[in-house]
Amino acid sequence: MTDMASLMEDRAAAKVISDKMHKPVDWDSPKIARNIKKRYAAERRFKIYGLSAIGIALLALFVLGFSIGSKGYSAFFQTYVQLEIHFDPAEIDPQGTGDPAVIGKANFDGLIKQALRDRFPEVTSRRDKRDLYDVVSGGASYDLRERVLANPNLIGQTRKVWLISGDDFDMLNKGYIDADVDEGSRRLNDKEISWYNTLVSSGAVEKQFHARFFTSGDSREPELAGIWGAAVGSFYTLLVTLALSFPIGVLAAVYLEEFAPKNRFTTIVEVNINNLAAVPSIVFGLLGLEVYLNVMHLPRSAPVVGGLTLALMTLPTIIIASRAAIKAVPPSIRQAALGLGASPVQTVTHHVLPLAMPGILTGTIIGMAQALGETAPLLMIGMVAFIVDIPGGALDPATVLPVQIYLWADSPERAFVEKTSAAIMVLLAFLILMNGLAVYLRKKFERKW
Amino acid sequence: MKKTLAVAALMSVAFAGAAQARDQIRIVGSSTVFPFATAVAEEFGKTTSFKTPVIESTGSGGGLKLFCAGVGEQHPDITNASRRIKKSEVETCAKNGISEVTEVKVGFDGIVLSNSNEAPLLDLTKEQIFLALAKTVPSKDGKSLVDNFYSTWSEIDPSLPNVKIEVLGPPPTSGTRDAFTELVLEEACDEFAVIADLKKSNKDQHKAVCAGVREDGAYVEAGENDNLIVQKLEANHDALGIFGFSFLDQNGDKLQGSLIAGVAPTFEAISAGDYPVSRSLYFYVKNAHVGTIPGIKEYLAEFTSEKAFGDEGYLADRGLIPMAASEREAVRNAATNLSPLSM
Repeated sequence: MTDMASLMEDRAAAKVISDKMHKPVDWDSPKIARNIKKRYAAERRFKIYGLSAIGIALLALFVLGFSIGSKGYSAFFQTYVQLEIHFDPAEIDPQGTGDPAVIGKANFDGLIKQALRDRFPEVTSRRDKRDLYDVVSGGASYDLRERVLANPNLIGQTRKVWLISGDDFDMLNKGYIDADVDEGSRRLNDKEISWYNTLVSSGAVEKQFHARFFTSGDSREPELAGIWGAAVGSFYTLLVTLALSFPIGVLAAVYLEEFAPKNRFTTIVEVNINNLAAVPSIVFGLLGLEVYLNVMHLPRSAPVVGGLTLALMTLPTIIIASRAAIKAVPPSIRQAALGLGASPVQTVTHHVLPLAMPGILTGTIIGMAQALGETAPLLMIGMVAFIVDIPGGALDPATVLPVQIYLWADSPERAFVEKTSAAIMVLLAFLILMNGLAVYLRKKFERKW
Repeated sequence: MKKTLAVAALMSVAFAGAAQARDQIRIVGSSTVFPFATAVAEEFGKTTSFKTPVIESTGSGGGLKLFCAGVGEQHPDITNASRRIKKSEVETCAKNGISEVTEVKVGFDGIVLSNSNEAPLLDLTKEQIFLALAKTVPSKDGKSLVDNFYSTWSEIDPSLPNVKIEVLGPPPTSGTRDAFTELVLEEACDEFAVIADLKKSNKDQHKAVCAGVREDGAYVEAGENDNLIVQKLEANHDALGIFGFSFLDQNGDKLQGSLIAGVAPTFEAISAGDYPVSRSLYFYVKNAHVGTIPGIKEYLAEFTSEKAFGDEGYLADRGLIPMAASEREAVRNAATNLSPLSM
C-alpha cells in the first residue's frame, strides 16, 4: 500500500518535471532575445579577434618582406661602365706568341687605367688619378682577361667594353649616395661626381643583371661578392646532416614506437628526446667543438663538422615527427599484416613505414630548414669565417648562407647593406622552397582512414 | 641498388676534397682587424698562386686562445688582435710549445663617439664622458662616490645640450669596448680626487670604479654589429654611438664624430696621434708554421707592403690609419726576418 502511494507520488513529480520541460520556449521574450543577441555578438567578437590575429601576422610578414625586398632588389643589378679599351699587343702579348699563359699574365689592369686616362685626359694629379681608377672595380681586369683568353682575336683591336664599376660608383648610380650634401661628408668628391655625370650623359653607364652575385664566393669588394660559396657550403652541410640524422632518427622512432618495451628506461629516453628538442642550438655547437674538433681532430670550418653538429640538433625534431607519423598509422593495418603471417619487421618495413613516410618526410624537411637557418652552433666550430674559394667538398673550409648574411651585415662598406638584404631573400627563397616541398609531399602521399 | 649507388655517389662528391696536409693559411682573431685582414687575404689569393687564407672573426681574446693552443696544422697560423698580446698569453703559448711568435703592428684605429649629423656637434672631454657613462661617479660636493645620477648632458656641463644621455656601444666581450674603457674611462677617472685617493686605499675598488659602466639604461649594449648602431643613430638624433673609425668614414653623410678634448676624429688627427682615443692593431704569427704551411711569408710581405698598409694603400681606403713611414719600415723588416717577440 505504501509502495503504491509512493509510486503515485513519484509519478506526480515526474509529470510536473515533464510539463516544465515541454513548456514551449517563448523565443520572442525579451530575455531570450537579449540572450541571443549576446551570443551572436560574442561570436562576432571572436571572429574579429581571429581575423586581427591573422591581420597582424600578415602585416608583420608584409613589413618584413617589403623592408628586405625594397633594400635588397637593387643588389641583383650592378652598375657597368662602358670604356673604349685598346687591346694593345705590346701590353698583352709583345712577342705575338698567342700562348694563353703569356696572355693570362698580362697587365689588364693597366689597359683599363689607360682607357680611363684617355677618357678623362684632364685628370693629371696623382691623387685624382687614384680616385679615377676607382670608377672601375678591381675585378674588371679579371673579366677582361677571361674575355681575351676566350677570344685572342681581340688583341690589337679597340673595342667598347662594359666593365663592372666600383662599389661607391655603384651606390651613386643606385641613388644611395646623395650628391647634394656637403663634399666633405660623402664618400665621393665633386670631381668623381662630375666624372659620373659625364659618363651618364654619354650613355656609358648602365645597370645590368648581376649574375656574379649568384656565381662567385665572398669578397671584400662588395661588387665582386657573391653567395655561391655560401650556398655550396650550406649544401654540403645539409647533405651531411641529412645523411646522418634521417636514418638514425627514423630507426630510433621505429624502435621506440614499435618494438621498445614500456619500462622506465624507455620513458627516460623519451623524456630526454623531448628535452633535447628544446635545447638552445649554441649548446650543440659547444658539444661539436669539444667532440669533433678537440677529441676527433676533424678540420675546423669544414661542412662535415657543421653537418655532424647540426645533425645532433635536428635528430630530436626528426624523431618526434617520425614517432607522431608512425603512431598515426591505424593499428588495424598492423593487425592485418600480422594476421596474414607477416613478421613484425615485415609489418614495419612493408606497411607502417611506407604509410608513415609522408609525415616523416615533412618532419625531416622542416628539421632541415631549421638547420639551414642556423648560425649559433657554427660559430663555435669555425664556420663563421671569410672564405673566398668555393668549397670543393665537405672537408674544405666553407661557410653557410645565414653566416654569410651575418658577415655582410657587419661590414662597414655601404654597398654591403643591399647585399645583406639580397642574401636574406635568397635564404628565404630556399626556406620557402623546402617548406613547399614538405607541403607537396604531404598532399601527394597523405592518406586518410 | 640504384638508390645505394646514388647515395654513394653523393657521399663521394661530399668528401671529394679530402684533407691532405693543410695548404691554406688559417687566421683567427679580432673583429676589428677582420676587415683589413680579409682585404689583404683576398688580394694575396688573387695575386699569388697560393690559396686564399681562411679568416675567422673570433675576437682578440678568443683568437689568442686558439692561437696558443699548440703547434700543428689543426691550430691557426696567425691571430689578429686589436690590443697587444698579454704576458699571460705569451706564457700560455710557451707552455704549449709555441716559443717564437712574430708581432706585426698593422696601424691604428680610432674609436669615435658619434651622433647623427642633424644633431648638434659635441665637444667632450674624457672627464665628461666618464661622468656620463661610469657606474659610480663623485657626488656633487666631490667628497664621496655615488651611483651615477646624471640623466642629461647639460647636468654634467651647462655648455652641453639639454638632451638625455643615451649612448649605444659594444658589449664587454668586444675589443673596442676594452680599448674604450682603457683609453677614456680609466684615464679620466683619476682626474677626480676622490677616485684618485681610492687608488691608495683600495686598489680593487678603484679598478671597479674606473672600469664600471652604468647599467641603468643610459648605456645601451648594442651588440658587436656596428652597422646596427649606425642605423639606430640615424633614427634617434639624441643618441650617441661608440664604434671604430671605419664606420664613421663610410657613413660621413649621415654621422658626425664628436670632438674629444677639442680634436675631431679625422684620418689625419688619428694618424698624427692627436686624437686621444686611438689604439694600435696587431697580428701575431707562429714562426714554427712558416715553411710547413705554404704562403705565410708571402702573406706577411703582402700585408706589410706599401700598397697595402702604406699611406695610400688599399687598407687606408678601408679606414685603417697607417703608421709613420719609418715605423712601417721597421715593422716590415721585423716581419721579413720573423724576429720573435720578446716580453
